[in-house]
Amino acid sequence: MSVTKKFLYVNRKAPYGTIYALESLEVVLIGAAFEQDVSLAFLDDGVFQLTKGQDTKGIGVKNFSPTFRALGDYEVTKLYIEQESLDERGLTKDDLQEIVYEDEDDDWAEKPSIRVVNRAEMAAIMADQDVVLSF
Amino acid sequence: MSTLHTVNKSPFATDALLSCLNHCSDGDAVLMIEDGVYGALANSRISKAVQARAGSVTLLILGPDAQARGLNSDKCLSDVGRVDYDGFVDLVTQHDRTQAWL
Amino acid sequence: MAYQVNGSTVEHDEEGYITNLDEWSKELADTIAESENIEMNEEHWEVVNFLRDYYEEYQIAPAVRVLIKSIKKSMGPEKGNNKYMYELFPYGPAKQACKIAGLPKPTGCV
Repeated sequence: MSVTKKFLYVNRKAPYGTIYALESLEVVLIGAAFEQDVSLAFLDDGVFQLTKGQDTKGIGVKNFSPTFRALGDYEVTKLYIEQESLDERGLTKDDLQEIVYEDEDDDWAEKPSIRVVNRAEMAAIMADQDVVLSF
Repeated sequence: MSTLHTVNKSPFATDALLSCLNHCSDGDAVLMIEDGVYGALANSRISKAVQARAGSVTLLILGPDAQARGLNSDKCLSDVGRVDYDGFVDLVTQHDRTQAWL
Repeated sequence: MAYQVNGSTVEHDEEGYITNLDEWSKELADTIAESENIEMNEEHWEVVNFLRDYYEEYQIAPAVRVLIKSIKKSMGPEKGNNKYMYELFPYGPAKQACKIAGLPKPTGCV
């Protein structure tokens, strides 16, 4: 196996108005096969991707919000959400769905995948990557 | 370690430029391309936000995109430099990573 | 291209995955399995049902390594391993079992 690189997927779009959010999620799932150090960032309208209570029956497109809960199975366990982006939209962490992963090395203990960070922390996370992919 | 940020949307249509300016680190470069070049306009409602980062971040527009839109130097903030396509390539090689703000 | 089940027709794509996921039935699963040269037994059904539950919960068909890991977690290591799964589904547990389960081709199968 070659050297592990740090990949950050930056999500800044709401889920259904454009294809960006779904495309990002698919690339993350496919890219997970390469066993890199993957993180996801959600800021600006990207935070809307993780809200609870999405129901797309009426608009005839697939509701992919449940798929975020499968990311742990793909060993994608770091979802960084920006506090300021939540604040600007009148949202709190409680408006987001719960996403956990099971730590195989810790007797499958459930641990939270969502980590709320402030803007300065988000900037530092971005600056710490080998590759940044934007959606 | 530094990042080249690119912004390709007008700052009057989306928050991409402002979000970029809020998230870039000191020593990074922000290159405005395509409709992003309108971010270099002097006297606009976002000029102040752009100027505020001029001391810590290298601000640039892609010359051919600016020229195509009639953005001559006298219409643009003096803090914003110009590069051509070769300069764009140089910027990519001079930074550790490129981050696109879509 | 279509499967014939009990006199009705179920469309599938060029690889054999059904087009409309709502048209799946147990009889259809047997028909698809037959076209894959698989005779469904309890062990096959266990995997197919697991995949359908996974899809119901997460809206994706898991990649093969994810499937095997998840099977290992819920059914134990004697089933959650490559050998067992490939014996059941020789042409790939995720691809073949997903087809029989009436799901899309797995996401993340590179």
